[in-house]
Amino acid sequence: MTELLRKTAEELGRLIAAREVSAAEVAQAHLDRIAEVEPKVNAFLHVNADAALAQARAVDERIARGEKLGPLAGVPVAHKDVFTTTGMPTTAGSKILEGWLPPYDATVTRRLREAGLVILGKTNLDEFAMGSSTENSAYGPTHNPWDLSRIPGGSSGGSSAAVAAYEAPLSTGTDTGGSIRQPAAVTGIVGMKPTYGGSSRYGLIAFASSLDTPGPFARNVLDAALLHEAFSGHDVMDSTSIAAEVPPVVEAARQADIAGLRVGVVKEFGGEGYQPGVLARFREAVDLLESLGAKVVEVSCPSFGYALPAYYLIAPSECSSNLARFDAMRYGLRVGDDGTRSAEEVMALTRAAGFGPEVKRRIMLGTYALSSGYYDAYYGQAQKVRTLIARDFDAAFHQVDVLVSPTTPTTAFPIGERADDPMAMYLADLCTIPTNLAGNAAISVPCGLADEDGLPVGLQIMAPVLGDDRCYRVGAAVEKALEDRWGGPLLAKAPAL
Amino acid sequence: MADTETLMPYDEALERFEPVLGLETHVELGTASKMFCGCPTEFGAPPNTQVCPVCLALPGSLPVANAEAIESTIRIGLALNCSIAEWCRFARKNYFYPDMPKNYQISQYDEPLCTDGYLDVVVDGRTVRIEIERVHLEEDTGKSTHVGGSTGRIHGADYSIVDYNRAGIPLVEIVTKPIAGTDTLAPEVARAYVTELRELVRTLGVSDVRMEEGSMRCDVNVSLMPRGSSEWGTRTETKNVNSLRSVERAVRGEIERQAAILADGGRITQETRHFHEETGRTTSGRSKEEAQDYRYFPEPDLLPIAPDREWVAALKAALPELPSVRRSRLQAEWGVSDLDMAAMHNADAIELVEATVAAGAPAADARKWWMGELARRANEAGTALAELSITPAEVARVTELVASGALNDKLARQVLEGVLAGEGSPDDVVAKRGLQIVNDEGELSAIIDKVLADNADAADKVRSGKVAAVGALVGGVMKASRGKADAARARELILEKLGVS
Repeated sequence: MTELLRKTAEELGRLIAAREVSAAEVAQAHLDRIAEVEPKVNAFLHVNADAALAQARAVDERIARGEKLGPLAGVPVAHKDVFTTTGMPTTAGSKILEGWLPPYDATVTRRLREAGLVILGKTNLDEFAMGSSTENSAYGPTHNPWDLSRIPGGSSGGSSAAVAAYEAPLSTGTDTGGSIRQPAAVTGIVGMKPTYGGSSRYGLIAFASSLDTPGPFARNVLDAALLHEAFSGHDVMDSTSIAAEVPPVVEAARQADIAGLRVGVVKEFGGEGYQPGVLARFREAVDLLESLGAKVVEVSCPSFGYALPAYYLIAPSECSSNLARFDAMRYGLRVGDDGTRSAEEVMALTRAAGFGPEVKRRIMLGTYALSSGYYDAYYGQAQKVRTLIARDFDAAFHQVDVLVSPTTPTTAFPIGERADDPMAMYLADLCTIPTNLAGNAAISVPCGLADEDGLPVGLQIMAPVLGDDRCYRVGAAVEKALEDRWGGPLLAKAPAL
Repeated sequence: MADTETLMPYDEALERFEPVLGLETHVELGTASKMFCGCPTEFGAPPNTQVCPVCLALPGSLPVANAEAIESTIRIGLALNCSIAEWCRFARKNYFYPDMPKNYQISQYDEPLCTDGYLDVVVDGRTVRIEIERVHLEEDTGKSTHVGGSTGRIHGADYSIVDYNRAGIPLVEIVTKPIAGTDTLAPEVARAYVTELRELVRTLGVSDVRMEEGSMRCDVNVSLMPRGSSEWGTRTETKNVNSLRSVERAVRGEIERQAAILADGGRITQETRHFHEETGRTTSGRSKEEAQDYRYFPEPDLLPIAPDREWVAALKAALPELPSVRRSRLQAEWGVSDLDMAAMHNADAIELVEATVAAGAPAADARKWWMGELARRANEAGTALAELSITPAEVARVTELVASGALNDKLARQVLEGVLAGEGSPDDVVAKRGLQIVNDEGELSAIIDKVLADNADAADKVRSGKVAAVGALVGGVMKASRGKADAARARELILEKLGVS
């Protein structure tokens, strides 16, 4: 593996800007790596080799002309295949969109391009971002680079695996119930869910509109902050986007000083269902925070226990409506249009053939939860729980600056283990879902390997709405202390592919 | 078969039953861009040329609400005396149909922008207050054309084509509360309400309200209850009734149909019905049993609307003079009776008369010409008054010519005829047709002498004091002058010559 692949995005950006290495060389090195490991990892649904090289050469030319570009100009990025991209197919991991070429770029895509990032390709995901293992992709599962027989998390499993396998230094993800943080945790990398509305959803194929949040993956906290800054911020095309400055995430990631910071440990996370090795690494991380000068207290969030059921009413309800547009009329798959069938029949046949079982399950759940006579008991009640969870966070953030918990109850599980047990699968997001329901910010950073399986464990750091910078500040402090202890990044301990 | 049901004659139906109405009116707003995207809204563009990722519901696209549409809806609500919500949301109405790109419509459900208003309408000299339940904002669908098949609907069609230009055009829905107590006037009240609403919306300048282009459409709800009962019957909803006349006919037809069923011991099915312009009849559509569950929920892609109170107050203060207020003012200014005013209103003549008065004509004369000769001609030609090819300024010029004595009424009618026939301005017609009044005293005197000589009997009667007989002589003079004589002057001269003063 060439040294270029080991470099951080921040270093690559500096080297490219200083013309010590060309963006084209960097892109080629990553494309070579992709060609080498993809047969094992399957992180990409589409590799954009020619266009990526062309984009990289264009950055090199601009730098040669003396243009001052952003810190990530020329740096490669893997892009979750749930964002629309001109010139590249966008499938959302579904058969129903196979071969669809969007006529427009998502805002996140546009901003990546404007920042000079080189898009290597589109990464695998659970169909329509519904899942925690990437096994729900219509195009086959992605494999965890730490152990190819295990899941890389989900739904953004292609993005986490690509970064963990050194196929890209950076990648994008979306987090609806944990779909960035959980894959980051189980692959030993950094993944951030920004404040809801802090990054634009325009061109992000919707799963659950009130929860979906684009965010970055990287191998270290500073790189994640740089990518976060590159594509976030207000967007007039997304009414739910917040009209405020992006919090000073890069500055916070460089600061990494937490003396005097008040840290709350969420009492409700832990106990039954949590892997001992995960809890052990988590407790060590809390001790580490204390040793770095933070004041640690236990905080109770009594409504968090209702988060999972509330989420599995709200998210499916919204998805049942969001996915109604896939009806064979204007784009994507069309089944049964042989001149004998009605439009209604073609719609039904297409949806039956085009959606996978988990997507159908959630459409059914959501359709039921919203139906007349059940709305109040299900969707209405879930929204009340959502309010209570937001109040728990408010109360907690009156006492502390950040909350911490394990990112996931367990390390990466074997592919196939939970595929037939949706409830077990849903538990993977137990600790991450409250943040989605309340709309605040949270990051997952590596905090070690579980003793029993030697697989990565993630520490989740949760901050208030628009307190994204706190996630980076605490994350960077933890990262620095742990890397000193480990003598380098956790990922260096991963077996060679 | 529902289509061949018998009807009960209207008068009999009303003797036995009392109707309750409800009207839902959709108005397409005339904003420059669509409700949730920047696409233009012009009517009549080639199919699917005014579309974008948002109004085609491409994956990933998101709506952004049109601020002007929200303002227009609030202004309609204010003009209808509604309360304006301090906080409300859009909602998704979920159902599958190929002309609705997202397969849900962004609408409003239990949190409409405007609630609890009213609109007063005058029918037969009686003021009826129509209570408004709600005014809300939503988006229009695309337009489907179903080719082949006998019904023109999607079922049984060979194929269907869809034009999404209309998809996403802002649509305001105005819903009345149940309208009871209209009795035999129910059809007229329905029509008067829609007429008044159309005028109000036009006055606000928020829509062109062209029913024939579908920018204003009505759904008519009708139920009957037996006389003496206080319990409302089952209602039907007749969809997309697209002219004022059709609104009236739809109500009348539905009363006649339901009365026949009820009188026969039958039961009304709660259903939607389709109105047929050609026959004035309705046919069965979707019944309530197979009605959809729309699974409404708050639209998560849009922020709640929280209209600032001061802004709403400013909008209210800036409302233009509303049609009913304007009519009262004009009626007072013109000094006409309620009946005459109502007649002008029904004939859509008020604006024309007002413009004619503004062009210098006395109100009485302006009204006389528009409601008399011109109304007759419009009626003959089967067009609306406003469609006649004559301007208020031209009508004003004719009244001026009459007032100055250059024309009399008979000649004026010929001038109007000439203008309508495209012969030019009133002055052109006068010149070309040589329509000046005969006011040369010598010529008039000679005509009178001839008429007196030819009608010696009548002349004698006048001489002997029967002044009333002079009418026949004046008539003779008018005839002899082919209408060009000044009748008043002729009368004076005749009396003078016969020694009667």
